[in-house]
Amino acid sequence: MNRLEILFSTKKHHILNVYGTAGFPKLNSTLEMMRSLQECGADMMELGMPYSDPLADGPVIQHSNAIALSNGMTMQKLFAVLKDFRKEIHIPVILMGYLNPVLQFGFEKFCAAAASVGIDGLIIPDLPEFEFENEYGTIIKKYGLSFSFLVTPETPDVRVKKLDSLSSGFLYAVSASATTGGNTHVSDIASYFNRLQLLNLKNPVLVGFGIKDKNSFNTACRYAQGAIIGSAYIAALGKNENVNAATKSFLSSITG
Amino acid sequence: MSISRKTITLKKMNSEKSYTAPDKHGYYGQFGGAFIPEMLYRNVEELRSKYLELIADINFQRELNLLLHDFAGRPTPLYFAERLSNQYNANIYLKREDLCHTGAHKINNTIGQLLLAQRMGKKRIIAETGAGQHGVATATVCALKGLDCIVYMGEKDMQRQAPNVARMKMLGAKVIPAISGSKTLKDATNEAIRDWINHPDDTHYIIGSVVGPHPYPDMVARFQSVISKEIKEQLKEKTGTAFPDYVIACVGGGSNAAGAFYHFLDEENVKLIAVEAAGEGLKTGKSAATTVLGKPGILHGSKSLLMQTADGQVVEPHSISAGLDYPGIGPLHAHLFTNGRANFLNATDREALNAAFELAKLEGIIPALESAHALAGLKKLFTEINEHAKKRETVVVCLSGRGDKDLETYMQHIS
Ligand SMILES: Cc1ncc(COP(=O)(O)O)c(C=O)c1O
Repeated sequence: MNRLEILFSTKKHHILNVYGTAGFPKLNSTLEMMRSLQECGADMMELGMPYSDPLADGPVIQHSNAIALSNGMTMQKLFAVLKDFRKEIHIPVILMGYLNPVLQFGFEKFCAAAASVGIDGLIIPDLPEFEFENEYGTIIKKYGLSFSFLVTPETPDVRVKKLDSLSSGFLYAVSASATTGGNTHVSDIASYFNRLQLLNLKNPVLVGFGIKDKNSFNTACRYAQGAIIGSAYIAALGKNENVNAATKSFLSSITG
Repeated sequence: MSISRKTITLKKMNSEKSYTAPDKHGYYGQFGGAFIPEMLYRNVEELRSKYLELIADINFQRELNLLLHDFAGRPTPLYFAERLSNQYNANIYLKREDLCHTGAHKINNTIGQLLLAQRMGKKRIIAETGAGQHGVATATVCALKGLDCIVYMGEKDMQRQAPNVARMKMLGAKVIPAISGSKTLKDATNEAIRDWINHPDDTHYIIGSVVGPHPYPDMVARFQSVISKEIKEQLKEKTGTAFPDYVIACVGGGSNAAGAFYHFLDEENVKLIAVEAAGEGLKTGKSAATTVLGKPGILHGSKSLLMQTADGQVVEPHSISAGLDYPGIGPLHAHLFTNGRANFLNATDREALNAAFELAKLEGIIPALESAHALAGLKKLFTEINEHAKKRETVVVCLSGRGDKDLETYMQHIS
């Protein structure tokens, strides 16, 4: 079993997945952030690969991407940072980002590098299922990486089934059709998640977008095995110079 | 002559090597596709599955043609520019898209897309704009049909194209400044896409060029193809042949070029010339000449040529012309460039300004800065070659828009 399978088979609810942008707030804060997240109770994390044009993101994550890039973060530097991270980080780590920087790095080279440092999976929101089936899916599989598709309340059942069948690790259920950091009312989504539950999905489901505090986290966890927090954590990091202290106080506000 | 041309066309169609339409996944050769997040899937898929059928519908065609004729003022003239022709020793015809209602070709597309949006039951229209011409054309059709209109425009462009901001407001549109990145067209497009993600139910996004995920490049090219349809008919009437030696157009995203090329794409004897904005110069780091400076990449939902760093970050382009200040080109153009079907030239800010002043003085027409780039192509093509030419070649330049919006910039450079 890989790290994701172990996590999902041992922890059945309230899985906390936290997103942080690599190279934000400082170029060299990435490892410290990962360590703090693990220490403060994140069950897994998504490491964002910064991009100049993050289409699916709201202002908070856009800003963290812009800062990370102006700090000088690149794909090369990210893999250098990640070279030995498995000596100290044992929770699952997913790389999340947009397709273009990955293509320029070289898609296969990227998958090989990710697998060799110990990354568990990928989320690439602008890699659609046609391209996945046609070209990229086999490469991702070849290197043993998971790949999570997104589904939204607008995604029809047959398509949810299809995206679930192509996904591995977990299925990413976006709480509303929105960019990240929006003001979704997670309580409004009961019928959507009931529908997902009836579909007999092969993957565990994590809910993301609009999860920002203990209340929304707990609500999301009523419907799914866990939830993903991004913008709220990035905003917390942006307010406190000390990454470790910011992470500690933010995560304790969620899990405490 | 015309018989042999017809045979060539037929053969091409049969072997499916036509340049006009992408494959069913939206690919022109290696370029195109629909690289969109799931949040956009429903809307893009709705459009993809319906657009061909809706456009082909006879009631749609009737309404479209009526509006193009009575509201937009089509057909636009094909004007023989005599003094310009003497200057370059070629027979130069200007396709007068500048005489369209709202002052540019953009309205051909916004009328078409608005009629589609209505048929899909959408109540709210969003658009991005660079020079403001697409924004004005969108605001205009929304006023015409009583739909809400929100236009995203880079903050920098709102300053340099202020008259168009005022026009959009008078037409009842809400103009929202894009304040990220270079604060120009690329960033306005990002904001429009984000708006669409956040409004999945009632909104249609009228993209202003042959960019974006499939089916946009094909759909916009079809709506703009009226330009070359008219050129063929008008040229035939004026010269006896429907086929010029050259068609020249500027390329921002590439919609006026796609429209001007469309019915000539499979006529290999017609040379297609696309002119990109070189900005301050190709090597200055302040340029928008995508085919020179770009590599294959993904932006705004399609794979095309893209100006980017080695690390895949999109580079901020530069052009004096807001409508050409974009780091990519539509996938059709990337395909035409890669295959050599079209020749890509580029003109600097300075060369475009000179061409604009030249046209104003020789022909009494003040062109948009974008179109001035196409005119600057004349100098590159005809100064040397044609000194020896036995017969004057026939050239059609797509004069995509008029220069009212650019007067402030022109005044800064008047000498
Ligand atoms: C007059 C005019 N021409 C050309 C363009 C460039 O767009 P495209 O390349 O899609 O024709 C614009 C864009 O704003 C424009 O206003």
